[in-house]
Amino acid sequence: MDLLRFITAGSVDDGKSTLIGRLLFDTKNILADQMEAIEKASKSRNDGEIDLALLTDGLRSEREQGITIDVAYKYFQTPKRKFISIDAPGHIQYTRNMVTGASNADLAIILVDARQGVAEQTRRHSLIASMLGIPHVVVAVNKMDLVDYSEDRFLEIAQSYQELAKKLQIKDLTIVPVSALNGDNVAEASPNMTWYTGETMLSVLEKVNVLSDQNLTDGRFSVQYVVRPQTDEYHDYRGYAGRIQSGTFRKGDRITVYPSELTSSIEKIELGGKEVEEAFASQSVTVLLSSDIDISRGDLIVTSDNAQPILSQDLETLICWMDDRKELKVGSKFNLQHGTSRTRCSVRSIEYRVDINTYEKIEEVEGLKLNDVARVVLRTASPIAYDPYLKNRANGAAILIDETSNVTVGACMVE
Amino acid sequence: MTSKIELDYLDQLEAEAIYIMREVAGQFERPALLFSGGKDSITLVRLAQKAFAPAKIPFTLVHVDTGHNFEEAIKYRDQLVEKIGAKLVVRYVEDTIKAKGLQEPTGKNASRNWLQTFTLLDTIEEFEFDACIGGARRDEEKARAKERIFSFRDEFGQWDPKRQRPELWNLFNGRIHKGENVRVFPISNWTELDVWSYIRRENIALPSIYFAHDRECILRDGRLLNNTPVIQPDANDQIVTRRVRFRTVGDMTCTAAVESDAATLDEVVAEITISRISERGETRIDDQQTEAAMEDRKKGGYF
Repeated sequence: MDLLRFITAGSVDDGKSTLIGRLLFDTKNILADQMEAIEKASKSRNDGEIDLALLTDGLRSEREQGITIDVAYKYFQTPKRKFISIDAPGHIQYTRNMVTGASNADLAIILVDARQGVAEQTRRHSLIASMLGIPHVVVAVNKMDLVDYSEDRFLEIAQSYQELAKKLQIKDLTIVPVSALNGDNVAEASPNMTWYTGETMLSVLEKVNVLSDQNLTDGRFSVQYVVRPQTDEYHDYRGYAGRIQSGTFRKGDRITVYPSELTSSIEKIELGGKEVEEAFASQSVTVLLSSDIDISRGDLIVTSDNAQPILSQDLETLICWMDDRKELKVGSKFNLQHGTSRTRCSVRSIEYRVDINTYEKIEEVEGLKLNDVARVVLRTASPIAYDPYLKNRANGAAILIDETSNVTVGACMVE
Repeated sequence: MTSKIELDYLDQLEAEAIYIMREVAGQFERPALLFSGGKDSITLVRLAQKAFAPAKIPFTLVHVDTGHNFEEAIKYRDQLVEKIGAKLVVRYVEDTIKAKGLQEPTGKNASRNWLQTFTLLDTIEEFEFDACIGGARRDEEKARAKERIFSFRDEFGQWDPKRQRPELWNLFNGRIHKGENVRVFPISNWTELDVWSYIRRENIALPSIYFAHDRECILRDGRLLNNTPVIQPDANDQIVTRRVRFRTVGDMTCTAAVESDAATLDEVVAEITISRISERGETRIDDQQTEAAMEDRKKGGYF
């Protein structure tokens, strides 16, 4: 059984938390004591109706305000798959939280209120999903019960979403009419919308193929740690520990190390202390090389026979700025963390800012404020071996860290 | 050999946890692994062994002993430390209470659970630990569901849920100033069932109290507590002997047993698979107090 990570994006009133609650409820993943706690909390707050949204609002301030502020994770499973649901806040004020949640997702559910249709927030959430390279997008046209389960209304919304999707990079799009509150087309096909012959939400989640999203050809391995037991038995043992970001590594493969560009070949691959012939993307392994070359944390090991990364100190990036205290400006300096490497960098220029609601490019930008998305050119102190983000998510992502506060202030997607 | 590209979910969770462990070793100078003798921290030790094999694990094991632990868990701890050749630091809540003149909670359901925080923070200061790995999981409790994998704590050990660092992709930011620390939760994305399934798959030995045995218990408000001198029964409590096992192993004063005949790993996994009550809901008395009990404890520096 495999694992699917999906994010749900929608605004305060779109019923996002209700949809997650409904998925958990219909797949029998809410336990008796949790249900009791929700019932108790619902009674003290609302008109007594059981509020499934209370399942995901974990912090006191969220419950008080009735909104999701931070990303919440929920875990459930069906006989077909394990799921990690990432519930992200949809309000523009929390764009950075949505970007955070989207960074690890294989699929995005974007909620649209059937009464309102494609709205500003739909455009925003879709842009973020596309920018973060989420391969699968499912648009849930919610609250169909409030538009009399009208097929015409659904088709109208579906058409306007498809128009919008053309401007974005969405590889796989599905649009489903639902009522999260009543459970129509969530886990069960709706008796109220017999005109809809597509899959239910749950069925889409269970069937989507995520394996084909991974880059399984270009071998990339960021060295996290050098294992040296320094015991009599393992006197000369020197293993490079890391997680394969993409591609496959096999015993005997020729490899190139970046940024040094030294070459060697793989003598041995170990998985949890046991030798294996080959290892592939997302496995954590230890690699031993046939020759003694200088490698340390932060270096990137690449299979020599596939496409090579770009080695450069000048990075064209799309940045989502996340700091509410300082602005990003030309000349600002940061620590850039890419894979396991860290280097200083400075902002060369801000090419343009993207209005995340209208997708307009705004030029002549002075500085970036919290939640701004912009194309920014960075210059790093030492060269970075990267791949364009949309080609290789794992090796094209980086974060900016403030040098004095140590806070993560920016998400970078290298172009 | 055939190519098996698709990873099973347990393999994925294991790979992620090992990656996180290695980030700790790579980013910090004095990392510790908080070890309670419970199944989650035992799982962490196995993951750490796999992450750094054939070398020893590069973390000091730290146990905050409330003095109310199950002796089976303590015995297990000492044997494990000996077997893997790890360094163990034990600090006692009793000592902190004396040194700091702390007020012990009294009354029914009194527990030293919260007082552990003081001992933990002192221990972090004493050894200048910059990272503490813990076995908390997001499925356990709703405040935990919001916490980062690398969870920043200020110089007072406090968690500020409103100012958490964004955590993007698998890029963990462990940069801190001296005196601050990061709590790291490698099995954040595991559920209780995942932990048990992993223990079964790896055939990891556990303290005997996790399996069904006959035990004299205090029956209080429908819960079975260990009959021990540290818990004072009152007029409403009954002393009963039942066949039980523990679903979580913490401080005896706030950990309840469940009635069970599951005596093997297979039987325990089967039982948990069909259980309709959550782990903390069934066994933890400390979370029942208020809706935000865990959130408040964590803000104060708790695990």
